[in-house]
Amino acid sequence: MSKQDFKILGTRPIRPDGLDKVTGKAMFGADKSVTGMLHARILRSPHAHAEIVSIDTSKAKALPGVKAVITGADFDELKNRWTGYTSQNCMAQDRALYDGHAVAAVAAISKSIAAAALKLIEVEYNLLPHVTDVDEAMKPGAPVLHVGVKARKLGDEVSGNTVGYYSFGHGDLETGFAEADEVIERSFKTAATHQGYIEPHACLADLGSDGRGELWCSTQGHYNVRLICAEILDIEESQLRVTASEIGGGFGGKTTVFIEPVALMLSRKSGKPVKAVMTRDEVFRASGPTMSSSMDIKIGMSKDGRITAAQAKLRYQGGAFPYQMVMMGAMSAFAAYDLDHVQSEGWDVMTNRPKMISYRAPGAPMAVYAVEAVVDELCQKLELDPIDTRLKNAAREGTKSSYGPTFKAIGLVEALEAAKAHPHYSAPLAENTGRGVSCGFWFNFGGQVSVSMAINADGTVNLIEGNPDIGGSRASISMMAAEALGIPLDRIRTIVGDTASVGFSDVTDGSRVTFAVGIATINAANAAIKEMCKRAAMIWEIDEDAVEWVDGAAQPTGHNAGEFPPMSLAEIAAVSGKTGGPIAGHHEGAPDKAGVSFGVHLVDVEVDPETGFTAVKRYTAFQDVGKAIHPAYVEGQIQGGAVQGIGWALNEEYIYGEDGRLQNPGFLDYRIPVASDLPMIDPVIIEVPNPGHPFGVRGCGETAIVPPLAAVSNGVSRAIGKRMFELPMSPPKILKAIG
Amino acid sequence: MRYIVAKNSRDAVALLGAGDGAQPIAGGTDVLVQMKLSGVAPSVLVDLKKIPGIRDIVLEDGGIRIGACVSGAEMGENDALKNMWPGVVEAVELIGSTQVQGRATMVGNLCNGSPAADSVPALLAAEAIARIEGQDGQRDIPVFGLLEGPGRTKLGKGDLITSVLLPKAAKNSADAYLRFIPRTEMDIAVASAGVNLQLDEAGVVAAAKVALGAVAPTAVLVEDAAAALIGTRLDEAAVKQCAEACEKACNPIDDKRGTIEFRTKVAGVMATRAAKIAFQRAGGLL
Amino acid sequence: MSKIHVSTYVNGDAVEFLCEPGETLLDVLRDRLNLTGAKEGCGTGDCGACSVMLDGRLVASCLVLGAEVEGSAVETVEGIATDDALHPVQKKLLEHAALQCGICTPGIVVAAKALLEKNADPSEEEVRYWLAGNLCRCTGYDKIIRAVLDAAAEMRGVSA
Repeated sequence: MSKQDFKILGTRPIRPDGLDKVTGKAMFGADKSVTGMLHARILRSPHAHAEIVSIDTSKAKALPGVKAVITGADFDELKNRWTGYTSQNCMAQDRALYDGHAVAAVAAISKSIAAAALKLIEVEYNLLPHVTDVDEAMKPGAPVLHVGVKARKLGDEVSGNTVGYYSFGHGDLETGFAEADEVIERSFKTAATHQGYIEPHACLADLGSDGRGELWCSTQGHYNVRLICAEILDIEESQLRVTASEIGGGFGGKTTVFIEPVALMLSRKSGKPVKAVMTRDEVFRASGPTMSSSMDIKIGMSKDGRITAAQAKLRYQGGAFPYQMVMMGAMSAFAAYDLDHVQSEGWDVMTNRPKMISYRAPGAPMAVYAVEAVVDELCQKLELDPIDTRLKNAAREGTKSSYGPTFKAIGLVEALEAAKAHPHYSAPLAENTGRGVSCGFWFNFGGQVSVSMAINADGTVNLIEGNPDIGGSRASISMMAAEALGIPLDRIRTIVGDTASVGFSDVTDGSRVTFAVGIATINAANAAIKEMCKRAAMIWEIDEDAVEWVDGAAQPTGHNAGEFPPMSLAEIAAVSGKTGGPIAGHHEGAPDKAGVSFGVHLVDVEVDPETGFTAVKRYTAFQDVGKAIHPAYVEGQIQGGAVQGIGWALNEEYIYGEDGRLQNPGFLDYRIPVASDLPMIDPVIIEVPNPGHPFGVRGCGETAIVPPLAAVSNGVSRAIGKRMFELPMSPPKILKAIG
Repeated sequence: MRYIVAKNSRDAVALLGAGDGAQPIAGGTDVLVQMKLSGVAPSVLVDLKKIPGIRDIVLEDGGIRIGACVSGAEMGENDALKNMWPGVVEAVELIGSTQVQGRATMVGNLCNGSPAADSVPALLAAEAIARIEGQDGQRDIPVFGLLEGPGRTKLGKGDLITSVLLPKAAKNSADAYLRFIPRTEMDIAVASAGVNLQLDEAGVVAAAKVALGAVAPTAVLVEDAAAALIGTRLDEAAVKQCAEACEKACNPIDDKRGTIEFRTKVAGVMATRAAKIAFQRAGGLL
Repeated sequence: MSKIHVSTYVNGDAVEFLCEPGETLLDVLRDRLNLTGAKEGCGTGDCGACSVMLDGRLVASCLVLGAEVEGSAVETVEGIATDDALHPVQKKLLEHAALQCGICTPGIVVAAKALLEKNADPSEEEVRYWLAGNLCRCTGYDKIIRAVLDAAAEMRGVSA
């Protein structure tokens, strides 16, 4: 696909929701209130695993100002197994499965009364054995979270917590390892991390006895919220209107429900609107962090840097309910390489922790970390250049990927070459400093999408999409609409519609919005253009096929079609009332050619040999994004992903005590990077157009969190002269490794 | 819970001494966090900020007296204070974010009783003296004499620290404070050290105080570490001996913020690095 | 529980409210005065999303009691833009695309404005340390830091 000339794409306009966000006007999840509203609070288990013997809510109910109290008994058993798990995660049934698991909830006329009521609820627990470590949870004899859900292919060698098993690859490992000059086999561990969005989960629910409901919430996907809540509350989807608030970060963590069904149930029971807002403590204990992992990687390499065979065994811990995510890790592990002999296996394991949910490229960062760390160690051992070695093995167009499909046009080689040529790569290194390199990969996704576009009589355009805007997508969608229609950007207003105003749209995840909503927008614009051409043809009294759309105006296709001056969108719209009524375009579809994306990160880290403190001194991130619609927001995705990965590499971790309780449920001890921890993050955008999108767009949001873990680890390992095999590389671990 | 603004220190002492569960509030940056996380409020919260003089920094007998409700930000803006006791000021300024600095007080940090409190090692090294208003009147006690254990001080019921006196700094002396945290900001000290050195005319350490934080149930003064520095210009052997003495004085815990091994090692590193800073501030040449 | 009557100034206007003794200034602003620009990201002074000015000092409004602001002057993000004109910090945050989700932005605006009033020409390091208590999970801070430095330059009358 050749590069196209664009008028609007590739520019950096100010985002349409910007003014509201710098002045405090933007309405996020907790910002909406209505008259007569109650406040909800949720009582949570302090135990990692316990039978709920009894719950006495009578004293709480008797407290003046309390209007409703609910427990698991208020929630019906569901036919759909997966929604059933979600329901049980929102409110425990007979057992509390992790520290923080909801066991009861109250709605009261004030926050303080709701808080006081929680203290009056008496729960009798019978403590059960618990397990929070993935390797322990897989051992036969480990306490099993749910019986009867073990992956079918597995035998007695693993416990019933092992709910998923996947295997990918091709070739013959034995042959490949035999060809190697050097084989390195290493084991790795990574801690669970949290998305760390600054806005806690929040919603405002109003559910009447007539089965009609309104739900306002902070979510990445309000149609998904509707689907799940309608099923849990046993109401019809059409009757539950869900409106997505402005969303204060999600990174995958707001792709499911936690408090929404609880607020709806409290509203149903009290007959009043109910607002529920998680505290930060609740966010850490009872939303969906990502998985921790335990991994074995074995890679063979020839002296000249050719990977001859590669094997990965990935064991992921995903919390208290069945889940499927290690598959993504097993598929991503070796995606960057063109290999003859490769195998990756993965096991999904349950533990007494909050159930995992997606976190930016879910499953990939830890698998790629382990692989890239071994590749780096091989490069060190064989005295090979880390970028040349990766170039030698890099996947490119036509490579049969380790997980099956053959790649179309991809930009890994371009990213590696850009990294090699960048001044960063040849800059001298200071004392105690190491330079780390890593590749990263993410699939990206298409999915279901709906867009509705109205051409107004004044020549402006309204566009409704169904995907919450989490990082500037209203800007990029507006830009694509303007480009497709050929009109100035300021003529377009894009909004995220509620579930009653536009058709179904999948969750804002998988880096899919600019790709999928973009395609739907272009198609909706084309539908409107077709209609406008028809109107022009009608006015000119020529054949519809003799009209084409050029630069925002209808014009005859040639002299033979007739001699008419071009008629602009505004001119056609102005008379639309007399030519057949309003003009609109819409599109519903499920585009599936998202186009995978690769990145390469370079980092210089300085390690204090006396304390193990790591300072990130320089960071450059290269990423193929297909086409950067709004380059500033693409850069922002790359920078933000890199910094989340730096946090994962250095200091972020879920810390559990022997008692199975989370010890650091707050921003004080769950240490996300702060401004003073970081240098500028230099993003380098590479554009190898995705043949599956009219403008060449690939998803760009997720890939950037994949390389930093290994890049930082490789940098630290080179700085201290000892390999590191565990994340986070907190100072005590580094100091211990230094010895 | 009741919230009462104390009009003067006698008033505050009476309120704090009266019922069970009364608690003072100065900057509130510990009290409000404890209320939020525990879900429990004190029966009475006594706001000290309107007590006359309690927000003042005043020169006294060549030293500097700091009122109990002076915020970290205010201390950082006082040039006389920064010049005389830079280590104490840098310790207080490390407490929390810029936002927290706008409220948090040094005296609150002391009263909170945390073994990891940033200001305390610096106050010990500076030989600071707390002025206490109690039910039996006013008394002055060295900060050292107030430390008891995690979350506890030796203050009695109704006792209120109204100010802390940093004594007149000796000629050719200076202090410094350093802490180790995993990030660059927003953390609690994993190990910390306050060092106060006085040099003689020849630039040799004549007197020294070395205090460590976060490595024992309270901040501790390490006399052997100080002794290792006295009579030296912080040569390699002295520094090494100082670090070893610090390590010996450590009695830390393993927790989510650091291991025993790590805290012990890093306490010595912080102390020797802080000593070098103090030495240079006092005019010494390394 | 009897409430406390408080008279104060918010964004220059005289304001009275009743609050519970344990209620934070943040709750008062959001729940009683309908000023929802300040956000609660943590409630424990660790994230900076609730930043406001109190008597000219940058504070975390989650760590101030409503009752404590009797007779004080509170300034919130809602009071920063005047007569349709954005403050340079607001303008530069937009121009640099220095926000993604925008939840931390009100706190960043208040905190950065406070910095530039105290220090007209901060270094990158000074901006980073001043804003260390304002967590942002989207941007990696890069564009925020650039925007604040650029706003400082504009306010000094030099181009960055």
